Amino acid sequence: MLKEGEIRIPSGCAISGIFSKSGKPLSGRSIIDSIATMHDRSNGLGGGFAGYGIYPQYKDAYAFHIFYDNTESRLQCEKFLDAHFDVINLSKIPTKKVASITNEPIIMRYFVNPLHNKLKESQLDEDEFTVQCVIKVNTTIDGAYVFSSGKNMGVFKAVGYPEDVGEFYRLDEYEGYCWTAHGRYPTNTPGWWGGAHPFAMLDYSIVHNGEISSYDANRRFVEMFGYKCTLLTDTEVITYIIDYLHRKQKLTLTEVAEVIAAPFWDTINSKSEEDKKRLTYLRNAFSSLLITGPFSILLGYDGGLMALNDRLKLRSMVVGEKDDMVYIASEECAIRVIEPNLDKLWSPKGGEPVIVTLEEGLR
Amino acid sequence: MAINYSIPEFEIVRNTDRCIGCRACERQCANEVHYYDPDLGKMMADDTKCVNCHRCVSICPTRALKIVKNNDTLRENANWTSENILEIYKQAATGGVLLSSMGNPKPLPVYWDKILINASQVTNPPIDPLREPMETKTFLGKKPEKIERDKDGKIVNNLSSQLELQVPIMFSAMSFGSISKNAHESLARAASELGTYYNTGEGGLHKDFYQYGPNTIVQVASGRFGVHKEYLEAGAAIEIKMGQGAKPGIGGHLPGTKSIGEVASTRMIPEGSDAISPAPHHDIYSIEDLRQLVYSLKEATEYKKPIIVKIAAVHNVAAIASGIARGGADIIAIDGFRGGTGAAPTRIRDNVGIPIELALASVDERLRQEGIRGQVSIVVGGSIRNSADVVKAIALGADAVYIGSAACIAMGCHQCRSCHMAKCNWGIATQRPDLVKRLNPDIASKNLVNLVSAWNHEIKEIMGGMGINSIESLKGNRLMLRGVGLTQKELDILGIKHAGE
Repeated sequence: MLKEGEIRIPSGCAISGIFSKSGKPLSGRSIIDSIATMHDRSNGLGGGFAGYGIYPQYKDAYAFHIFYDNTESRLQCEKFLDAHFDVINLSKIPTKKVASITNEPIIMRYFVNPLHNKLKESQLDEDEFTVQCVIKVNTTIDGAYVFSSGKNMGVFKAVGYPEDVGEFYRLDEYEGYCWTAHGRYPTNTPGWWGGAHPFAMLDYSIVHNGEISSYDANRRFVEMFGYKCTLLTDTEVITYIIDYLHRKQKLTLTEVAEVIAAPFWDTINSKSEEDKKRLTYLRNAFSSLLITGPFSILLGYDGGLMALNDRLKLRSMVVGEKDDMVYIASEECAIRVIEPNLDKLWSPKGGEPVIVTLEEGLR
Repeated sequence: MAINYSIPEFEIVRNTDRCIGCRACERQCANEVHYYDPDLGKMMADDTKCVNCHRCVSICPTRALKIVKNNDTLRENANWTSENILEIYKQAATGGVLLSSMGNPKPLPVYWDKILINASQVTNPPIDPLREPMETKTFLGKKPEKIERDKDGKIVNNLSSQLELQVPIMFSAMSFGSISKNAHESLARAASELGTYYNTGEGGLHKDFYQYGPNTIVQVASGRFGVHKEYLEAGAAIEIKMGQGAKPGIGGHLPGTKSIGEVASTRMIPEGSDAISPAPHHDIYSIEDLRQLVYSLKEATEYKKPIIVKIAAVHNVAAIASGIARGGADIIAIDGFRGGTGAAPTRIRDNVGIPIELALASVDERLRQEGIRGQVSIVVGGSIRNSADVVKAIALGADAVYIGSAACIAMGCHQCRSCHMAKCNWGIATQRPDLVKRLNPDIASKNLVNLVSAWNHEIKEIMGGMGINSIESLKGNRLMLRGVGLTQKELDILGIKHAGE
């Protein structure tokens, strides 16, 4: 059977996200409860979480979470890390035994900063240097896989039901202002931990429910800019697209949404002259990054969260609000279970981004 | 007189019970096949002159005629086929180069027919184009590498000039001369109505058609026939013709018999002279020279028009295309070895060039490997026969397609491959006024609009099946394609998997 990355595996899924605009530290407990409610939308073949604001003590260092198949790959990878980064701290990521989670790889965490001389030599900025190093590890060191690489955030994922994965990683011991979660329903899977979601790159993390029909058009375009789609998953390519448009092209997140879930031409033509110009430009200039087919995504990033549906809204996604809290999930039940008394609940339109950020001065 | 060894290719079968002797066939056949024998009191036919254009069959009021393949053959021989032998007879008798028209008819692989398209089942929904929006609008032209903002942070439109197509199908270059004025008018009017473009070919632009300029691509070929400032400014884009799929490595040939009247004046050449374009552009002997012509044309038209460079699909096409992209072209048009022509040496038409499917796949992949696919759009032709070919071409990486032969067929062409004889009974590839008037631009333009609209409907249906609701998500989406009966090497070049994988 081909491993993930050697074959494209369609998946159905559940997603959920929680965000405190006032930056309240939220334990990982409520996100576990939320995603657990949608148990039937997963099939035990992948679950995962991303937490933001969870590493305040090392908030200026890149936090690498790495899976190793064996000590050999670990040694090789650590040699690479030592050559490129100043490793401030390293440890095993604490886990606890959960009956349904088996075959765990070695799971390590490193807080690192790029080595000054290496960075200078590369003529890259810190982020780009780090991205290239991560891609290098993931594509050249057999058995090593960096699955989280942002600052003051972390991804936790495994093969299993998401609620079990949350217990396994002891997420109730972490506190952050934002959490996202994913339960996976792959149609077949060789059960590789790296294939679970969220997929992350720097502080961007994506959880996604859907199966995009534009996959290869998107992949072949974005690979022109140094990205390597090794997992062949939608989530991976969507993350790279957002990294390219937001970090490299410096589009705003709203503009990113206008590219990947662009309005139909009929809609564009009914807009004001200024909007029409911008939307036409974006659709034309980045035509190969339009994403078609069903998707609902939650994009976590430093200080914010964006939710977006495909332009036909072929996947369910609802948003709830209560005081400073914002909840987004595939199903309403996943919100009600953790906050029964919402101020507001709505279903965003296809292609209409919902962007929430920390209040002024909190970042 | 020496014995004529030739054998008629076709036999005209006339049902004498049905024939009423109206002699319509005689009047309609420019090849003078049919004649009335007053002594015998019946219609006769000279099979040797028949090109099987089916004009007589179509107009016969009693359906008394059929044209069949002549079953009189030379002794069968798999190596020395009748065709090989008869061509030798012809050349031994005349000392001439064999001439042919339209696309390569040889039984070489048609890769389109070995590629199958995907559809959604269960994990992702197919989309119904009757109920949901389904978009085929396409822009051709260079895309910016970086966005720019003004001082208020608004995005500045830094796109160079683009072509906007409502359907990803354009009419490829066919010169006024190779085809008739009525055929040109039909193409121009259809392109305007469809929101796409037709291409003047290398024969200049007739004054009457300047009105269709916004939907016209004007061509600059090595003969520079009919090229002047007003002409360059008339079109929406300028195409530099470096090569043609039917005859890579040689220039256009317009026999003197077609170079008459307005054809000659539009080309700015003496009447009745053969219009033979040089094989190369004599100011382009290398890629850096091409760059100069690209920029000369841009300067001449104040950077308002995208420049297309059209090349024939030849062995090294990927590297050539890369050079063209870096040479400043906005669009590369690639013409496959099955592309049509109004006249070409038979040996060249049938033996030079490569299939467009392979050329397209390798060009698209090479430009992506070099990170410059966004700098240039790709248009392919030669030959696109139906909407499935269009879908496959776009999924392999094309932005749009050119159709020439299919457009001619929509206007009534029966692919008799005798354009070079200048006696087209359908009024398309001829300049004889009595024949030209048989093509009614009101009807032919409608037929062209119908054809492209029908294909567009089919493209939408096929896209919807794949769960794709906009053509840009199909472009280069090779995962939507699978090969059948192809070798691993062929699959690798096409960049697709085998069916079942």
